[in-house]
Amino acid sequence: MMTSPIDTAPKAQATPTIRISGLNFFYGGFQGLKNINLDIHDKQVTAFIGPSGCGKSTLLRTLNRMYDLYPGQRAEGSIVYGGRNILEPGQDVNMLRAKVGMVFQKPTPFPMSVYDNIAFGVRLYENLPKGEMDERVEWALRKGALWDEVKDKLGKSGLSLSGGQQQRLCIARGIAVKPEVLLLDEPTSALDPISTAKIEELISELKGDYTIAIVTHNMQQAARCSDYTAYMYLGELVEFGGTDRIFMNPAKKETQDYITGRFG
Amino acid sequence: MMDTANLTANPVYRRRLWIHRVGITLSFLAMAAGIFFLAWILLTLLVKGAGAIDWAIFSHTTPAPGSEGGGLMNAIVGSLLMVGVATAVSTPIGILAGIYLAEYGQESWLAQITRFVTDIMLSAPSIVIGLFVYAVYVARAQHFSGWAGSFAIALIALPVVVRTTDNMLNLVPPSLREAAFALGAPRWKVSTMVRLRAVRAGVVTGVLLAVARISGETAPLLFTALNNQFFSANMNAPMANLPVVIYQFAMSPYDNWRSLAWGGALLVTFSVLGLNILSRTLFNQKNQH
Repeated sequence: MMTSPIDTAPKAQATPTIRISGLNFFYGGFQGLKNINLDIHDKQVTAFIGPSGCGKSTLLRTLNRMYDLYPGQRAEGSIVYGGRNILEPGQDVNMLRAKVGMVFQKPTPFPMSVYDNIAFGVRLYENLPKGEMDERVEWALRKGALWDEVKDKLGKSGLSLSGGQQQRLCIARGIAVKPEVLLLDEPTSALDPISTAKIEELISELKGDYTIAIVTHNMQQAARCSDYTAYMYLGELVEFGGTDRIFMNPAKKETQDYITGRFG
Repeated sequence: MMDTANLTANPVYRRRLWIHRVGITLSFLAMAAGIFFLAWILLTLLVKGAGAIDWAIFSHTTPAPGSEGGGLMNAIVGSLLMVGVATAVSTPIGILAGIYLAEYGQESWLAQITRFVTDIMLSAPSIVIGLFVYAVYVARAQHFSGWAGSFAIALIALPVVVRTTDNMLNLVPPSLREAAFALGAPRWKVSTMVRLRAVRAGVVTGVLLAVARISGETAPLLFTALNNQFFSANMNAPMANLPVVIYQFAMSPYDNWRSLAWGGALLVTFSVLGLNILSRTLFNQKNQH
């Protein structure tokens, strides 16, 4: 049997969490994404790889409509999540972002205490009494594999933590609001190898509870911690499929050239 | 390959070395010229003014012509009152306007115009501001007043606060702002609780610099608060203030008046210097993360 370059269901899957179809994205007059069709599966890690400027971050930023912040950027097509097209004007973006959390390339702790960094997001949606908030903060920090390191300095500034700790704080902050999807935009590219290993370990643990989409420049990282991989180039989705298949037996020559390091 | 052991013989390196030496010497001279005049001013102030600083300067009001002694109590209180009112008015308006410019300024024509007008106000001669307040307020109310003085110096402080707030907020990395939006926070919360918070030391510095700026303004007060020989805390009446008292006393024929003018100048200068040092240390401390 021929392997199709875009196989949407390498493993038996129920309905996908997010279904992207016919997605085009524009930065003013420049088209950043061209007719993307892709399913992001429930409780799985989907990795986006490709050379710089290929549109993988752009794609990630359409999933929580981060591009809304910038006039002149617009998306066409459909991204169906929770039974509706989130690109439609009627979509409440704040509610969307509560369900679809995001972690950025550089750690972005807010200029407040470790505790308040976590509580900030929770307070946007829930009015918890002190005791329950304490529990939620501890729960999120444990989920973020950071609790043991910061339990004695919850009152200290989030900026006083190390880079790797700051990034785990940001992941914990995203988890604290109980999202369904986590978008990770090159979450380890500013970190040292040990912190990177911790974050990758964390990603594998988190995928039991969350649907994860990760953009990475690091091919080994995609191979290590994702279930699905999408290879993008010049705004187009070149190949998408199960990570094992993409890395062992890519259907397209471009994909093979990129993952073997001959290009990119 | 280049002989690295004997760089001094290398003509390119020698030329670079000379350019470096000339550059360093010129910048050192420029710095020395700046420091020299500042030191000269401060020294002259200390020598001539220190003698006038005693308890009486804080406890007595400005002396009548021909009378002995006296102090600057009414002028000090007047200055504090007017600078206080002006700061209380211009700080919240300035910070809110700065937030507006930084958060919405990329998209709207209104923000572009506001920024342009702010820049013009920033460089407008202060006497023009004084005349403006004279025309719209003093001439209609038919009397000089502390309110008019506060109004005039608030107009001078406002653009300073707006501009520093705007500039400081723009120093916040866009990723921090995006991170707050990514949690689903509404725009006003992102602006105030994350973005403004990240640069609060810088914003406070801007306010302190604005206070320093208006503490020494003379021209706008000349047309608005004028002066008052007696102690008065009534903001609706002419009000004594340090800059105008210095201006009038320094040109008087009385020795005790001239001595008080030096004393007042010393007070104003060192308060402004103190505010500047305070704002710098505050800014530096907060930036050491």
